[in-house]
Amino acid sequence: MRNPLSRPLPPWRGEEVDDKLDTRNNPASSAPMTELTPVPSLADRVAAASPDWMVRRANGLSDRSIAWLFIAPTIVLLLAINIFPLIWTVHLSFTNYRANRPNAALKSVGLDHYRSILSDPDVWAAMQATAHFVLWTIVLQTLLGFALAWLIDRKFRGHALWTTIILIPMMLSPAVVGNFWRFLYQPQIGLFNYLVSFISGVPPSSFEMIGSVKLAPWSIILVDTWMWTPYVALIILAGLRSIPDYIYEAAEVDRASQWRQFWSITLPMVLPFIMLAVLFRGIENFKMFDMVNLLTSGGPGSTTEVASITLKREAFEKWRTGFSSAFAIILFVTVFGLANIYVKALNRVRQR
Amino acid sequence: MSAAVSRGIVTAHSVVEPSPRAKAVAGTLVAAYALISMIPLVWIFLTGFKSPPDSISYPPKAIFEPTLEGYCNLFTTRSRQTPEYMATLPPPASTCDEIARGRNMVIAGPSNYAPRFINSLVIAFASTFCAVGLGTLAAYGFSRFKVPLADDLLFFILSTRMMPPIAVAIPIYLMYRELGLSDTRLGMILLYTSVNVSLAVWLLKGFIDEIPREYEEAAMVDGYTRLHAFWKVVLPQATTGIAATAIFCLIFAWNEYAFAVLLTSGEAQTAPPFIPIIIGEGGQDWPAVAAGTTLFLLPILAFTVLLRRHLLRGITFGAVRK
Amino acid sequence: MTKYLLGAAALAAAAALVPVGPASAQPKTITLCWAAWDPANALVELSKDFTAKSGVAMKFEFVPWPNFADRMLNELNSKGKLCDLLIGDSQWIGGAAENGHYVKLNDFFAKEGIKMDDFMPATVLGYSEWPKGTPNYWALPAMGDALGWTYRKDWFARPDIQADFKKKYGRDLAVPKSLTELTEVAQFFQGREIDGKKVYGAAIFTERGSEGITMGVSNFLYPYGFKYQDPKKPYAMAGFVNSPDAVKGLEAYKALFKCCTPPGYTDAYMQEGLDAFKSGQVALQMNWFAFFPGLYKDERVGGEHIGFFVNPPEKEHGSQLGGQGMSVVSYSPNKAEALAYIKWFAQPEVQKKWWALGGYSAHKAVLNDPGFAKTAPFASDFLTAMGEVVDFWAEPSYAQLLLAEQKRIHDYVVADKGTAKEALDALIKDWQKVFKDDGKVN
Repeated sequence: MRNPLSRPLPPWRGEEVDDKLDTRNNPASSAPMTELTPVPSLADRVAAASPDWMVRRANGLSDRSIAWLFIAPTIVLLLAINIFPLIWTVHLSFTNYRANRPNAALKSVGLDHYRSILSDPDVWAAMQATAHFVLWTIVLQTLLGFALAWLIDRKFRGHALWTTIILIPMMLSPAVVGNFWRFLYQPQIGLFNYLVSFISGVPPSSFEMIGSVKLAPWSIILVDTWMWTPYVALIILAGLRSIPDYIYEAAEVDRASQWRQFWSITLPMVLPFIMLAVLFRGIENFKMFDMVNLLTSGGPGSTTEVASITLKREAFEKWRTGFSSAFAIILFVTVFGLANIYVKALNRVRQR
Repeated sequence: MSAAVSRGIVTAHSVVEPSPRAKAVAGTLVAAYALISMIPLVWIFLTGFKSPPDSISYPPKAIFEPTLEGYCNLFTTRSRQTPEYMATLPPPASTCDEIARGRNMVIAGPSNYAPRFINSLVIAFASTFCAVGLGTLAAYGFSRFKVPLADDLLFFILSTRMMPPIAVAIPIYLMYRELGLSDTRLGMILLYTSVNVSLAVWLLKGFIDEIPREYEEAAMVDGYTRLHAFWKVVLPQATTGIAATAIFCLIFAWNEYAFAVLLTSGEAQTAPPFIPIIIGEGGQDWPAVAAGTTLFLLPILAFTVLLRRHLLRGITFGAVRK
Repeated sequence: MTKYLLGAAALAAAAALVPVGPASAQPKTITLCWAAWDPANALVELSKDFTAKSGVAMKFEFVPWPNFADRMLNELNSKGKLCDLLIGDSQWIGGAAENGHYVKLNDFFAKEGIKMDDFMPATVLGYSEWPKGTPNYWALPAMGDALGWTYRKDWFARPDIQADFKKKYGRDLAVPKSLTELTEVAQFFQGREIDGKKVYGAAIFTERGSEGITMGVSNFLYPYGFKYQDPKKPYAMAGFVNSPDAVKGLEAYKALFKCCTPPGYTDAYMQEGLDAFKSGQVALQMNWFAFFPGLYKDERVGGEHIGFFVNPPEKEHGSQLGGQGMSVVSYSPNKAEALAYIKWFAQPEVQKKWWALGGYSAHKAVLNDPGFAKTAPFASDFLTAMGEVVDFWAEPSYAQLLLAEQKRIHDYVVADKGTAKEALDALIKDWQKVFKDDGKVN
């Protein structure tokens, strides 16, 4: 990168030094300089280098207008495609609108939908299935992810290569993953049962993952863990790497045992990162739809019917738009509320 | 250690230099995890080269005769014909032709996979470009200027990502129906951009926050305008952050399913809704599905490996910053 | 590297704004949407005749059955222009008619001399009319279908198997004449070793996501005496949906599922049934007549290996109606050409060719032909079945009614929730709510 300025750039922190970006060490790349360049020649250079439209408009623009110019498109887009629809959804949730009957008379039903959702046992079953899914995926991914991060942090040879390899599952489309894990879980023709049988000796046709009421919830947890443990591991790894050496060195001087070091240094300092990973995964898994829908269709019965699947069926198969809007608002408020509380707790942990 | 600090790199980590034995054990365990987690993917990769009867054989075959039938089936539609009709045809024109004839079928035309893949490419890249573009501008705005209610605005922007996509899709479906944006690339690009821009703003603000203001201010003292300073000074330094954000946005848009399946149909449908409904003569054509999955993974795999450092920075940065 | 990424993205952004579609100077093309199954491939073949005669090219959009309803109803509700012609499921008629998705065909039929009397009455009622029983036509009966059974005739013919069966049940192994007999046959084959491989009794419908298990269970419920409503009082369901006979029928279906199906058969529909039967896993298979031509031609299990039979009775006769009618989508810009296709398709010669290629014509010229029963081993079974078909609700809210039954039945049969009576009682409550919302009951 050519240094466009007339004097060397001050050093700055927070970025892994990259030779291409770092101009301090590339004197050859900076323009020949004097301490202070006379303004006319710089202006000439600027005028020559800038595109015309920029020069003409930029001269008249104050900082304030630039700020608005930069932020406005994003705000407009979000208003149009996120906020306005959200408000529309709230409005719809008080009506009896059906998207497949646009010509029917629109009637206001007040809080009817909310009442029926909160008293519907099937909705509560779906929320339970979702909660079970979110809870166990978080637990497993945190434990496994921490273990993985800890091991990678030993900095053995080739850890960069293996880190890249374990990243691959999270780059797949969850829908496609759900679809091919359905293939892998087939008792007769799928790989999973045969591997389990190979390890444990149980005959492969004697159990089924996605068809059994007891095992189906675990089948979706397993697939999600397979996909996202590396993500959690990486976040925790960042946390582990942010603990400075000297703290451990001081602890060694104090002859604290490894175990003690772990509990009083490592864990507390990594806790904010763990909590952050839990937040991200929790929110994502609360919204989960594609992987579970393609893996089990919510079955058997409705044992793995997570909230989003119920919502999709209400909204786009039964076309009960008003009802499903109310459900959507309830889900949103739930996540938003929980996330808010959690972030407050997270910030408090951070400040410690 | 002080050298590390002054270079601004925090590479310090836990227990001072583990023993070689500890390293070896750790390495073995991680390698084992990596290999085990690769098994399903390797199996799918292999399945792409099995013939349909082989793919549903029981017990599953680890040794099999590889064939291109899966890939051929992925890209063609075939119809079954009577042997008499087959006898009247000219000799097969290609490998896929040969394979189809072997099953008493004739290739009737191309399948929809290639158009869906192209839709995925166009929609994912375009929306990534827009999201990162808009996001960079907005992030710079939030970072450098005092915007009223900035913190609340930012949190609200991020909270729009907390809605389940199905929930977001309900009003969008109605809106697009009225505007005629159903099943259009433009509609999907707008939607993905809007969903991604919130994450982009949040991430990029963090990256831009890290770039000291002294740079632009120095440039502006020298007579650069704010815009020019942004373009020439800040942007180049934010490249890593932009790349990291771009990869996240790309992965999201590339792999997205819920919006695609609800809002697209024949014209703008992307690959994720298409791959799980590839069927053969009986159930799903698993070799074709596996082939489609493999091909669909390749671009993301390529980008992630090439820009691995940026991706890692992106994930860990989100963690370090907030 | 990033530059290339951003460059590619910019290029894509530009490409996105280029409209996708054919130039206007090409011959007219219309798109026909249907499910992706054997008859659809046959229709592709058949339509070449239309293109030759009219110069209009045909494009096809076929979606597999588990996703067909979802995708097509979404398409119709979003006023999509993908389909000019849609061969939609019989149950969509109510919604499509009342919400203006289909073009009403009465005038067109009158103008072109297409008479509904030429088609089998059950198909006209099931695929064309809305409201039911009134002469308002929204589709041309295109594909007659019912839910039947196939069996391994070659296994039934083996002397050792016959002897074993006679010993066990005291009667000859033959095509079951009742559902009870069918269950016994399935039980007999479950777990038996044939030709060195373990086989299973029956492949039945258990699919959760779209309509599978409802279609399958109906084939048991109807013969046991299940009725959707009081014949004298519409929408009065208590005592008919959950009558003791209906409960017995539901329990029988669950018993068959638990005892006599292959492992992991908890979410299976047509395609899985075909897979199971074609790979020699099962002795009996429940599936639509639509697949029987293809099965008969199969190299491994066709010809002498396969036999067909109508859904056996128990207390009464009844088969689940399948089949579809061909409609013109009202959002299509090519209605004239689409109507021309319907006119062409309705001709008796084309209908005869349709049957010959593997499609189930609903035209009397084909079905009432004296030689019809001999044209295929399943032909007379088809006629019998069509004489006793019962269809699911075709109300505009049919999707809600179907989803309710999917949930309650799957909960009971596969997920072991509650008893059969509880499932049917809950179903009545679900359906009551839907009808109440629709204003059909108070």
